[in-house]
Amino acid sequence: MSVLQRVVKPTTRKGKKVLLKKEPQLIEESKRALFLYGRKASEKVRNLVKDLYDFKKPDALKLSRKHDITVFENAKPVEDFCKKFESSLFLLGSHSKKRPDNVVLGRTFNYNLLDMIELFVEHYEGMSEFTGPKILLGTKPCLIFNGPLWEQNTELKQLKSLFIDFFHRETVDNIRLQGIEHTISFNATADGKIHLRSYKIMLKKSGQRTPRVELEEIGPRVDFRLRRSKLPDEDLMREACRKPKELKVTKKKNISADDLGNVHGRIHIGKQNIDKIQTRKMKGLKKTAAERKAEKTKVLRAINANEIVQTG
Amino acid sequence: MDVIGEILQRTAEDAEKYKPITVEKHLDLEYDLGTLLAVDNNDFDLAKLRRNQNDYFLNLTRENTQLLINKIWELPTERVEEAIVTKLPPQKTVLPRMKPVPKPKPLTKWQQFAKDKGIQKKKKTKLSWDEQLQKWVPLYGFKRAKTEKEKNWLLEVPGNSDPMEDQFAKKVEAKSERVAKNELQRLRNIAKARKISVPRVGVINPDASSAKELQAAVTVAKASTASLGKFQEKLPKEKEARGISELVPGGTRKRKLPPVPATVEKKENLAIVDSILNKRPKLDIESAIAKQISNSHVSSNHNENSGSKSYGKGQKANKSKGAKKPKGAKGQRKGKGGGRKRR
Repeated sequence: MSVLQRVVKPTTRKGKKVLLKKEPQLIEESKRALFLYGRKASEKVRNLVKDLYDFKKPDALKLSRKHDITVFENAKPVEDFCKKFESSLFLLGSHSKKRPDNVVLGRTFNYNLLDMIELFVEHYEGMSEFTGPKILLGTKPCLIFNGPLWEQNTELKQLKSLFIDFFHRETVDNIRLQGIEHTISFNATADGKIHLRSYKIMLKKSGQRTPRVELEEIGPRVDFRLRRSKLPDEDLMREACRKPKELKVTKKKNISADDLGNVHGRIHIGKQNIDKIQTRKMKGLKKTAAERKAEKTKVLRAINANEIVQTG
Repeated sequence: MDVIGEILQRTAEDAEKYKPITVEKHLDLEYDLGTLLAVDNNDFDLAKLRRNQNDYFLNLTRENTQLLINKIWELPTERVEEAIVTKLPPQKTVLPRMKPVPKPKPLTKWQQFAKDKGIQKKKKTKLSWDEQLQKWVPLYGFKRAKTEKEKNWLLEVPGNSDPMEDQFAKKVEAKSERVAKNELQRLRNIAKARKISVPRVGVINPDASSAKELQAAVTVAKASTASLGKFQEKLPKEKEARGISELVPGGTRKRKLPPVPATVEKKENLAIVDSILNKRPKLDIESAIAKQISNSHVSSNHNENSGSKSYGKGQKANKSKGAKKPKGAKGQRKGKGGGRKRR
């Protein structure tokens, strides 16, 4: 176990465990999201926050009280909350005369604010308004981004990264094919709106191995509009996106694979000693009886000497 | 031919029953199968978008999801307990981490030393058999203190110590000193790891300090005058403490060499042993002859010289025994002849 670099030692085993868990990890778990309200929140915003909280649920925490936070003026309280609750993502819902139905989506790196984007909730239909099938809690959704604007606009580019971070859940190696049952689509239209739609995937027979996909909307249905934003500092972003050296894949020399899936290895053998190879059998090169005996006794003597050394 | 035609016809009929899984796209999508992500950069069909927004988005997303699912279904699959599982490729989208990449833990002073020396940690069993108590005794932790009490109900008073001294109290004191020392070292290691300079501690506890530490304290105290201890008197046989050059101003500092690795040390020691074992007495014939001649010369002239040499006797007595007599250019010279005198 690594040494905790703390002056005050943890007194209990459990406390130590908690502290060790808080230390930076090589492979991180999925990011936790913190949901909280500002000074005031309209019903629309409250319902939206609740719905998104339901989407994110095992890795999410919702604070039900109101907080006097204006994150664009002072991000400290949010950073402190993120530190307290060990979460990296946050969603702050608020409502004011100047900025009605406001939602701020952001993330922190090392308990410092990395980036955030403020969105205006123009239109909202909650999950409760959609009757029909529901999805299981904690399923990994498919994320679909439609429209060319996601690549062209820098703010939308950042928002895309934020949305992926927020909704992708955790990195997995394997996935159960029948478990893919949720898709979220983000549509950025030219009139500056961002349409969020969420559907349940139904896999139908297609007469082939790959199924035919049918969708049914399960809500929420939200139309956002961009407001203020704070883009990340370039250096901080680079630091945050750094891949650990241990996880980088290093190429192994002399190993290759072909198209059939076979692995080929190239082995280097030292130079052969061809001076002493006996290529032809000849009587003249044969050892005499005396020579053979001498060799044998030599070997025996060496073995005996070895034994003596070991026992003595 | 008929059979083939029949089969082809049947498959065509089958295909008609189902809806297609292929989708036409102007620009190909960008996929990241590791995150189940697809990005469609095609322009929206504005006419359809204006007519019915939600239906258009549903249809567009269906198409794109179909394309994504087609890609996922192409990946190799395996069966894990009644479920078909596919192996996803690594995530392509770079997302920021929550916390920075962990830095390697700095080694403690002991760990560093052990690493340089190649000292390996020996695994000790937690329980060991105690002959006196006739039971298994833990090395540390639960029930250790109890067994210690059982074992040390009587303590011997060492021969050269004060008979009225409480040996039990002494033992407890020694233990607490060891714990305190360990704590100090732990803190020092933390300070070193964080690159904080900590002032050196002189003498920790006068009761528990060793002769070496007292020596250091005396040396430091002496050097603490305005003239840096130049006019301080010395006791006979007093030595200056070593290794405290940081505390004493004006002292010469020896460069501290890093610890020698175990292999190198072993090699050097073997070389010394070899050189000693392989040593043969050197026989310089010329000097041997010269010695022989001079010896015979001295013995013949002994009586004449004895009177004249007596003047040096008084001085000789003062000199220490180990000092050598100058050889008057007759001694064996090392290396090449001549050159600078090396002292």
